[in-house]
Amino acid sequence: MAVPVQAGGAEVVVGRRKREWPLAVILLLPSAVVFGLFVFYPLARTIQLGMYRSDPFGGLGRYVGPSQYWDVLTSESFLRSLGVTLKFAALTVPTGLGLGLGLAVLGHQQLRGIGVYRTIFSSTVATSVAVASLMWLTLLNPSIGLVNQALTKLGHEPIIFLQRPGWALVSVAMATVWQNLGFTFIVISAGLQSVPDELLESARIDGAGPWRRFREVTLPLLSPTLLFAFVVLSINAFQTFGQVDLLTHGGPLHSTELLVYHVFQRTSNDPSTAAAEAVVLFGIVLLLTLVQLRVLERRVHYGD
Amino acid sequence: MASVAFEHVTKRFGDVVAVEDLDLHVDDREFLVLLGPSGCGKSTALRMIAGLEEPTEGAIRIGEHRVDGVDPKDRDLAMVFQSYALYPHKSVRQNIEFPLRSRKVPPAERTQLVQDAAGQLGLSTLLDRKPRELSGGQRQRVALARAIVRRPAVFLMDEPLSNLDANMRTATRAELVELHQRLGTTFVYVTHDQVEAMTMATRVAVMSEGSLQQLGVPQEVYDRPANVFVAQFIGSPPMNVVPGPVAAPLGVGRDDVVVGIRPEHLMIGTAGISAIVRVVESLGHERHVLCEADGHRLIVRCPAHGDAPVEGDAVHLSARPEHLHLFDASSGQRVA
Repeated sequence: MAVPVQAGGAEVVVGRRKREWPLAVILLLPSAVVFGLFVFYPLARTIQLGMYRSDPFGGLGRYVGPSQYWDVLTSESFLRSLGVTLKFAALTVPTGLGLGLGLAVLGHQQLRGIGVYRTIFSSTVATSVAVASLMWLTLLNPSIGLVNQALTKLGHEPIIFLQRPGWALVSVAMATVWQNLGFTFIVISAGLQSVPDELLESARIDGAGPWRRFREVTLPLLSPTLLFAFVVLSINAFQTFGQVDLLTHGGPLHSTELLVYHVFQRTSNDPSTAAAEAVVLFGIVLLLTLVQLRVLERRVHYGD
Repeated sequence: MASVAFEHVTKRFGDVVAVEDLDLHVDDREFLVLLGPSGCGKSTALRMIAGLEEPTEGAIRIGEHRVDGVDPKDRDLAMVFQSYALYPHKSVRQNIEFPLRSRKVPPAERTQLVQDAAGQLGLSTLLDRKPRELSGGQRQRVALARAIVRRPAVFLMDEPLSNLDANMRTATRAELVELHQRLGTTFVYVTHDQVEAMTMATRVAVMSEGSLQQLGVPQEVYDRPANVFVAQFIGSPPMNVVPGPVAAPLGVGRDDVVVGIRPEHLMIGTAGISAIVRVVESLGHERHVLCEADGHRLIVRCPAHGDAPVEGDAVHLSARPEHLHLFDASSGQRVA
């Protein structure tokens, strides 16, 4: 008699689902409205806009179809900006991870007053992009900036950090690494705390020195955390805007024109191409986010 | 092969005294059990042998060498943790191999030693598994294999059986004794479980509140507990302890002593301490009769079958004079 019982059970479930529908709609409505209005509708419009060619007077212009996406993907300016963004990611992500890991390992020591250092190391999460950028603008100023004063004291010529093509991107990267450091420090510190003390004590008794303990016990157990931080920093790199706008305006010679800034600049004179670029950027970040979700899933099931 | 000695060792964490003036000599090839309730300092004592904690005062020796201040890896010992402390990302083989690799044992020799250790503990077929794919008992064996693989002079074990279920624990107790005999190495074993202490130890050191209460062969500690704490900590159900005057019908009656009587030595009869039966617990193989005499609780151990009183009965409890333990009423130390 298992079959009818099962069928009955299913009917009960379906019946309950039907009854709960109105409640579900009511509960979902507020967030559906907010997301629809501010995320999905603009997204759909952007995708649509990406298939038109802008007219000079700001109207929708002529429909050209999905081919515009291909044009954007292969355009020189977009590829250049993508290249700058990749270079920026290469400058910020590994350095950020390395410094974050270093600080977290230092902050993990049981020392007197370590709490003060932990607070200092994590403080940049509480700093806005604008404040951080202004601070770096001052620090890197050719005449009054502390960095150049230090360089001059060391007998080095002052460097015009933000106006030299070779230095501008590095400078924006420095500001970004600094800005991200608090987040990286906190995430990796949390990861370090989840490494059981007994494993490290056991390794110590078993004859492993500090370096072997770090490499063979701490690092493997930390790897899910590091992977997570890596993905988040990469997404951050692809979404960077504030630092560029405040420090360099994308210059000199487009050398700091990251994707978001590139799209932003395009929007005023060529909104439809900008829209297509924005959608491509969305695709890239979406891909990174999917990777991140996979990482988080693995993190949950890690270990025993 | 080595002895282990605590020489007037004190360990303080800030204002808290974890171990106080511990003077204890563990002979070579001995299976010494450090027994006591949680917070008695037994784990701290073990961690000081390992070098994970340094004594505040006193000296620790392994063999002839004074080891306090010596790095754990140079003390020639191995330790099994309560959590087993297996490396979750390494296979069973890599876990067992780890102490050898840390000490730069050549690969060929390593393989041989790992196989030997795994073989001794019945892990040969599990070498490529990860710890999370093993049962609790198997993990415990991996921890043991990792400890024996290097043939250290001293084995330290910190409650290694407490994460196992009751059946596994009983089986593993016998295996540990066998392992100790086979290896002929000094074992220092920490537990709060008196059954583990009684069954495995060659000698047991009972600790309470940071200090050593009694050191002796398990049977001797059971038969002649040095003080009220030891008397009540070892034995299940614990020894009955009543003030002297309550035990007057048994011929004691002094008010400067407390009297201890093991539950198996109390007899229900027509003479002795008059008491009321409160609860009768049946354990299958025996019965525990909980009585109350003059506001004091007394447990009597009775056979599972045959006559036994029921709740509310008025009974008389007696014991033979040689089964009475007398302790000083104020210090708790044994008088006779």
